[in-house]
Amino acid sequence: MSLRKFITNKTTAALAVLLTVFANTSVFAQDAAAGAAAAPKVDMGEVYKSVIFYILIFLAVCLFIAIIGKSIRVYELSREAQGKPVGINWNRVHASLFALFLVLGLYGVYWEYTVHGAMLLPDAASEHGKKIDEMFNLTLIITTIVFVVTHILLFGFSYIYKYSAKRKAYYYPHNNTIEKIWTIVPALVLTVLVLMGFLTWRSIFFKVEDPNNKPLQIEVTSEQFKWSIRYPGADGVVGTKNYKLTTAANPLGIDFKDLNSRDDEMADEMVIPVGKPVKLILTSKDVIHSFYMPHFRVQLNTVPGMRTYFEFTPTKTTAEMQQETNDPNFKYLFFCAKICGSGHYNMQKVVRVVSEADYKAWIAEQKTYLNDDLRKQFNLPVAPAPVKAEADSAATDSAAVKTNQMALNK
Amino acid sequence: MSTIALHDEHNHDHADHGHHKETLISKYIFSMDHKMIAKQFLITGIIMAVIAMGLSILFRIQLAWPDKSFPFLETFLGKWAEGGRIKSDFYLALVTIHGTIMVFFVLTAGLSGTFSNLLIPLQIGARDMASPFLNMLSYWFFFMACVIMMSSFFIQTGPASGGWTVYPPLSVVAKAMPGSGLGMTLWLISMVLFVASSLMGGINYVSTILNMRTKGMDLWKMPLPIWAFFLTAILGILSFPVLVAGVVLMIFDRSFGTSFYLSDIVMGTDILPNEGGSPILWQHLFWFLGHPEVYIVIMPALGISSEVISVNSRKPIFGYHAMVYSLIGITVLSFIVWGHHMFVTGMNPLLGGVFMITTLIIAVPSAVKTFNYLATLWRGNIRFTPAMLFAIGLVSFFISGGLTGIFLGNASLDINLHDTYFVVAHFHLVMGSAAIFGMLAGVYHWFPKMFGKMMNAKLGYLHFWLTFIAAYLVFFPLHFLGLDGVPRRYYAFTEFEFMKKWLTVNVFVTWAAIMAALAQVAFLFNFFYSIFKGKVSPQNPWEANTLEWTAPVEHLHGNWPGEIPTVYRWPYDYSKPGHDADFIPQTVPFSQTMSSNLPHDFEGNAEAEKIQQEWELANPVAENKG
Repeated sequence: MSLRKFITNKTTAALAVLLTVFANTSVFAQDAAAGAAAAPKVDMGEVYKSVIFYILIFLAVCLFIAIIGKSIRVYELSREAQGKPVGINWNRVHASLFALFLVLGLYGVYWEYTVHGAMLLPDAASEHGKKIDEMFNLTLIITTIVFVVTHILLFGFSYIYKYSAKRKAYYYPHNNTIEKIWTIVPALVLTVLVLMGFLTWRSIFFKVEDPNNKPLQIEVTSEQFKWSIRYPGADGVVGTKNYKLTTAANPLGIDFKDLNSRDDEMADEMVIPVGKPVKLILTSKDVIHSFYMPHFRVQLNTVPGMRTYFEFTPTKTTAEMQQETNDPNFKYLFFCAKICGSGHYNMQKVVRVVSEADYKAWIAEQKTYLNDDLRKQFNLPVAPAPVKAEADSAATDSAAVKTNQMALNK
Repeated sequence: MSTIALHDEHNHDHADHGHHKETLISKYIFSMDHKMIAKQFLITGIIMAVIAMGLSILFRIQLAWPDKSFPFLETFLGKWAEGGRIKSDFYLALVTIHGTIMVFFVLTAGLSGTFSNLLIPLQIGARDMASPFLNMLSYWFFFMACVIMMSSFFIQTGPASGGWTVYPPLSVVAKAMPGSGLGMTLWLISMVLFVASSLMGGINYVSTILNMRTKGMDLWKMPLPIWAFFLTAILGILSFPVLVAGVVLMIFDRSFGTSFYLSDIVMGTDILPNEGGSPILWQHLFWFLGHPEVYIVIMPALGISSEVISVNSRKPIFGYHAMVYSLIGITVLSFIVWGHHMFVTGMNPLLGGVFMITTLIIAVPSAVKTFNYLATLWRGNIRFTPAMLFAIGLVSFFISGGLTGIFLGNASLDINLHDTYFVVAHFHLVMGSAAIFGMLAGVYHWFPKMFGKMMNAKLGYLHFWLTFIAAYLVFFPLHFLGLDGVPRRYYAFTEFEFMKKWLTVNVFVTWAAIMAALAQVAFLFNFFYSIFKGKVSPQNPWEANTLEWTAPVEHLHGNWPGEIPTVYRWPYDYSKPGHDADFIPQTVPFSQTMSSNLPHDFEGNAEAEKIQQEWELANPVAENKG
């Protein structure tokens, strides 16, 4: 009986310790609150910035955990002294925690899918992007089912089959039939996914060019940490470049001996007509960058010394997307997705998808890369350029382009 | 010290002052004993893991509070965090070194190095590694690699910062970023030493497993960790040399003006003379190692968890053969999937299609392994030791991270997910968290074997639950950033309007990461405290079947006093019906377990079957047991 008393005392003592800790913290908190109220001029900002403050908090937490640990130990020893077999059945604790984790985890996943899932990119704004989205949704459904089922099994089994001294595990070393089933079923599911993925991939990268609907060529050149866009001009062909020709005046190293280069135009933003195929020609001056345009499901690295191509067809104008997303400030962007140096995090350009008419109006106003300085450099006649009649001023220059453009379109 | 003494079995006594003349240096520093080398690998691995984790907290702070100033950062980092804000260049260095340390030094050397060294001789019944000297060299090359890698924090231009994949030309052209100067040179030297270390280790593991198994230990009686270490070592031997080749070419490009990876490069208006190379070549060489590397990381963890799950479920591992064949399948397939890292790098799209097929095939053996783990738990009698908790955590991470691999392995989906946070979330779950959990499961499980002491279980429980929850809180939300098109390795999300909505998520993730980091204090304290003050371990604390638990608790050079035990059965006879205990060690011959023998056990040995039948006729009661 006395032993019993002693034990109850110990337990109460442990509880008392815990209580004191709680009480003290809340008292301190109250003190602090009272202090703050009494002397509102005390600036806690500096305190929150000091490392010592956080170290002290951490040490307090450690102390708290140590006290809990000790009280558990006291409780267990007391149970032992009492002659009762176990203090805390940790197997049951963990089994229950796994069950709890399963429930909370599944809720968390649901929450993530609905809350964060609603913050994602809008539906694809390109033709091939729709196929990618379909593929994604199918994969998401399959993987979510597998994810939920396997986790229910994993944590469910952990809960149900927790240790019991009365039970013996079931000796079940193998079952070839079951193993065959769960080899073949994933293989079949994956075969479906592979086939669909393969066909989608082919449809994106192996396009047959339609002679009546030739894609608009746009060259994008990356360098640390900006993009340069080159439109093909009236002839519809982006001219050649040679990196050895790079100078301050000709930063892209465009070779103006190539006739196709002479009418190439520069642009501050990428403007593309809706519904018309666009063929991106991607190059890089210095290191590898990645041309990433997520709304259109377009990404391809830009590699120095090599041209890469990506063809896509935008299906929604910027204005339509602004309506769809309910965001009047919505802009399509492309930016860099491959680590390229200190400015990697800010290397973007705006993309505007507009109607065919707006596009024509806009392209007419763009300047050519070729200017008088470069003409001299390439020993080209300054006044009568082969494409443009007069080039006295930029205004007439672009007007000339406009007429040319019109002519070509007829 | 002398390895020849190993053959002289009877001269082994428990004290250190025998004929060995072990000095402090030969015992603790230049040790050739596999158990000591394992401990060296483990402790170095843990130190590197703590460093790499610290680096991750630094860049998480930057991501969560990009416009706040933290004076303590300037105190620690000086000019790299002027005004208490981490600089963009240094942010990239942090990311790079975090990745390099975690992948190579912690999860390759720390994991394989520790457990292959510890368990291969002990579980196959060998006195030591095939070449103890090579083994010692392997550790010291690894150690030098660590020192050189860390030394790059103390140079003017800072550590390598082109990402752990160090894609050229960024990493080759010194002008491209400060980290591509001396820091990158040190990275390359460190990597050469590291690969040398892995190769010495790998060759040793393979030759030990093939040649030094004890009597009766045929390949199909080996515990699953040994299979995993064996295949991992083969993978390493075949793929690491390719990395060295790539690294050597890169050194040439950087220091001797060759153009293996460079062509047509203009820095600003400065035209480089290099011509004819291709940056894509490096990517092929790197990922030819790099992809097997992720399996080098995960396979030992899978092997360890197979053992731990079986022991603590008190059940044989389900489908032992299937487990081995799926490991073999993963080993073979992992050599032909490297291209899935390069779907959008400008590689020929035709190759993309091929690599997608091989990549998704590799999901099949992974699925088989997962289902077999689940089947092992089914109707088990699960004891939640800390090791078991971590092994269950591994299975959960392996599923969660593995499934997102199906998205990334699909070339068409990869277009939009490549180099986004989705990738970060994916590999941190499937190879980061899962492999770390495998390693921790191994540490908790074999700590008694390593140090002869027990770790505190309750601190282990605390460690597990905090880490498990925090890891999911860190990595699960990151998937959604990736799905929204947020690229990885961005110094700040402040420059893009659409990324600003993720800032609160970033703050949350950073707090979760800090919680995960602090939870490791429970482990570190437990680990080092238990080495000195832990309870002395019994010889077979987990009631396991494998050979290492037949060796005495006190370490001795040569592992077993007297003869090496002979092996009679597979390692997973847990809860065998008809036997009174729920485990039968591998060293117990079938003649001592007549009541529990199954016809299958005799592998077609007619005589043994006859003896068994006779015994069963004589003892009919036995049939009704179990």
